[in-house]
Amino acid sequence: MTPLPRWIDIGLLPAINLLLALVTAGIVVVLIGENPFRVLRVLISGAFSAETLGYTLYYATNVLFTGLAAAVAFQARLFSIGAEGQATLGGLGVGLTCLLLDPTLPPVLVVVIACLAAPVFGAAWALVPGVLQAWRGSHVVITTIMFNFLASGLMVWLLSGPLKEAGRGSPQTRRFAEDAALPYLHDLLGSFGIARSPLNVSIVIALLAAVGVWVLVWRTRFGYALRALGHSREAARYAGIPIRRMIVVTLLISGALAGGMALNEILGVQHKLILNFSAGYGFTGIAVALMGRNHPAGICAASLLFGALFQGGAELNFEFETITTDLVLVIQGLIILFSGALAGMFTPWMTRLVLARAVRDG
Amino acid sequence: MAETWIDLLRLLDGALRLATPLILCAMAGLVSERSGVINIALEGKLLTGAFAAAAAVTLTGSVAVGLAAAVCAATMLSMVHGFACITHRGEQIISGVAINIVAAGLTVVAGNALFRQGGHTPPLAPDDRFPALTLPFAETLAAVPVLGPFWGELVSGHTLPVYLALASVPVIWWLVYRSRFGLRLRAAGELPEAVESAGVSVTVLRYRGLLIAGVLCGIAGAYLSTGHGGGFVREMSAGKGFLALAALIFGRWKPWPVLFACLLFGVLDAAAPRLHGLEVPLLGPVPVALVSVLPYGLTVILLAGFFGRAEAPGALGRPPGRTG
Repeated sequence: MTPLPRWIDIGLLPAINLLLALVTAGIVVVLIGENPFRVLRVLISGAFSAETLGYTLYYATNVLFTGLAAAVAFQARLFSIGAEGQATLGGLGVGLTCLLLDPTLPPVLVVVIACLAAPVFGAAWALVPGVLQAWRGSHVVITTIMFNFLASGLMVWLLSGPLKEAGRGSPQTRRFAEDAALPYLHDLLGSFGIARSPLNVSIVIALLAAVGVWVLVWRTRFGYALRALGHSREAARYAGIPIRRMIVVTLLISGALAGGMALNEILGVQHKLILNFSAGYGFTGIAVALMGRNHPAGICAASLLFGALFQGGAELNFEFETITTDLVLVIQGLIILFSGALAGMFTPWMTRLVLARAVRDG
Repeated sequence: MAETWIDLLRLLDGALRLATPLILCAMAGLVSERSGVINIALEGKLLTGAFAAAAAVTLTGSVAVGLAAAVCAATMLSMVHGFACITHRGEQIISGVAINIVAAGLTVVAGNALFRQGGHTPPLAPDDRFPALTLPFAETLAAVPVLGPFWGELVSGHTLPVYLALASVPVIWWLVYRSRFGLRLRAAGELPEAVESAGVSVTVLRYRGLLIAGVLCGIAGAYLSTGHGGGFVREMSAGKGFLALAALIFGRWKPWPVLFACLLFGVLDAAAPRLHGLEVPLLGPVPVALVSVLPYGLTVILLAGFFGRAEAPGALGRPPGRTG
């Protein structure tokens, strides 16, 4: 749309947006009466020490999945905000697989089936909003919001009734069988002296998914159609692209990616089904996709940034009396505001600058 | 008979209390969405209002100051929303999500900084909350059968925001359907280009829509933390802004049907705890968790067009001059 060089579009603009968000959050910190640079130092040192890097990458895995989910939908200009619900359902897929199969099947097979169940369940939760958007024109934003609440209601019901571990007060299932889990990286790579952390094999799955999304969106006919849909629905229609089918399939892929988040949380770390494990990561995925300009490489970088914010944010609770990890939520919201909603604020200005230089340089 | 009547009235009374924030937020959503701005930020504005009210009441001891603070805070947030999606033509959904997340974080950060109680405000004494208003004749009519309990139990004895919520419906109806401003507002939401070519600013209209929305969300927030509840708790809006959005769609963006939807959702909410342990013949116990998400399910079914069609304003989510 704009004649901006790529390095400005994918490098400079996100950096400016991040800076603005950090400066605004810094002002909040000053108003509270703390030193924003000390907060920043705690955030960074809390996220990137030898003991905590694993945690940073573990958080990054969650938002890598949901960020990819958001990006695929955004590429087609479908503002799905259903990743929360789809991740929840992904967890249900993992949970049902493990609970039903772990007494009989070998653990390896259970894990493989669970790895398939998570995206399938996630996609299934996106099916109805997709079909309604495609055939009924029901706004996908609204239906996915409703489906997030329906998913959480469904989980509350299942975990306080049919799936609850007998004789336990809290709403959760029994633990899965010992080996029916994705292995931790500190177990796999223990000989390299990696510190203990929740980081597990799902990060590899997430990275593979990122590569998969890149191939799908930029190297296939389907991806071409998807991007065409995002640029102009009318043009796509004239080009003979089956709009309705594209909408549904795009949302299914987005849902499957969101469902993948459950692999990290449920199959990787919790080893049982619990309530609210999606914990807002679905919304963070929107920030990640916007920061990463909907491109898998950018999304990987943005995931690392948000993983660091989550892990570093946890350290804030120990270091400060008045500043808690909730500050990270503020930063996250501001990033969405600046890089998403206010993206247009700098683009015209930047474009003028670039054009002026081009004119001057002949 | 009299027992059942009183019981029913108590249920409706509870429903009205629970429906109050929904009514105010849904009317807020109605005004902004009729002007063409999708308002998924109702949740964040409600939450911010709730925090501002509780914090101001804690610091000053006056509910009036609390109400004013809530209205100011929610309106400011509404203006940020407008700055992003009207002035800079940013994607309305994205700015809505951003507002909600900023609100969730900022209320707790500010709460911690001010009161150091894990993001809560200190619990408010009953005197620091909106007092229940006893309407005239509540005492004199008490002895009259049927009507007496109806007036005394259901209509009388609520706090100011409850009556403000009920009053907001006819006011919004008049504003949207009977005033010149309303005509232009609706046009901005249906065909903004037409409004622009008539020489009227869509930008100003939409900002006004968001301004009214901010005020209403602020009142709703003040009710939540200083009327219905006694203090602010993190995430205390608990999805009510989204439920109001559902009610807005369920009522097809029209004031009276939206009021009905809010009351219906309020009744479901008030009835849910009473259904605990109740057995339905053949089906077993009532799944209360599922009853509480029934409004969302009903809204999806309505959106699917299975009973009537929910027609959104034509230019909802679209800045003027852009297609698709």
